[in-house]
Amino acid sequence: MDSRTYIGRVRGLGSAKHGGEHWLKQRLTAIGNILLTTWLVVSLLLMPNFDQATLAQWLAQPTVAVPMILMIVNIFTHARLGLQVLIEDYVHDEGKKFGAMALLNFYVVASAVFGIFVVAKLAFTGASA
Amino acid sequence: MKDAEIMAKNPNRPLSPHLQVYRWSPQMAISIFHRATGFILATVGMITLLWWLSAIGGGAESYATFQKYVVSAGESATGFETAINWFFRLLGLAVTFSFFQHLASGIRHLVLDIGAGYELKANRTWASAAFVAAFFATAFVVLFVASRFLGV
Repeated sequence: MDSRTYIGRVRGLGSAKHGGEHWLKQRLTAIGNILLTTWLVVSLLLMPNFDQATLAQWLAQPTVAVPMILMIVNIFTHARLGLQVLIEDYVHDEGKKFGAMALLNFYVVASAVFGIFVVAKLAFTGASA
Repeated sequence: MKDAEIMAKNPNRPLSPHLQVYRWSPQMAISIFHRATGFILATVGMITLLWWLSAIGGGAESYATFQKYVVSAGESATGFETAINWFFRLLGLAVTFSFFQHLASGIRHLVLDIGAGYELKANRTWASAAFVAAFFATAFVVLFVASRFLGV
């Protein structure tokens, strides 16, 4: 016998109004990726040469380091959302799914932080020879 | 009972038609290619990007190592080093094609998301166009790399 009120019984069972969040985030990061990777490809095509010193000086500039960090965050967020769908589609065992999602989060967060650190270090401490 | 157990019990159960019974079309191919190229970019592509950035940050010596593997092993390379270099070049080619394919196919998805391009002919045309665009963009990058780095 359930003595709760009607509203008490249904509370928390309905849509949390977040159903479209994953879908929308994937599209928004996709648009961001179009802009940011186009910036990277054009920058590479216009690069005078590909010596380490030239690239390090290029990457250390604020106008390059900032879009590069944005690009890392945006790409890795988009990849996190995309790989999540792959796991949900192909990994059916609940335990394995949980493990795969945990590994995915570790992989994406750790590598994004690593990338951001590399760029920030160059930008803050200058290009090393 | 779990699905897997039902399948094991009755292998002759009726199945709904799956991939193998359909004739391949550009629309089908682009769908699975979007997923496959996305996977390549999220694994090989992102790790290569981080390798490149950290090689730049690591100094001249670490960048030379990156170039030795990914760009050119050099004149004095052993057969083994050349083989590894070609392995990374092929990965690079796969990542480059995946990038342009995923980009073209992704733009197509954004167009489909606003409700356009579902007419049979238009849908087929744009699916094919995405493949063609990715192929030519990849070819352009290969020529660019060959002329700038390899002196071809």
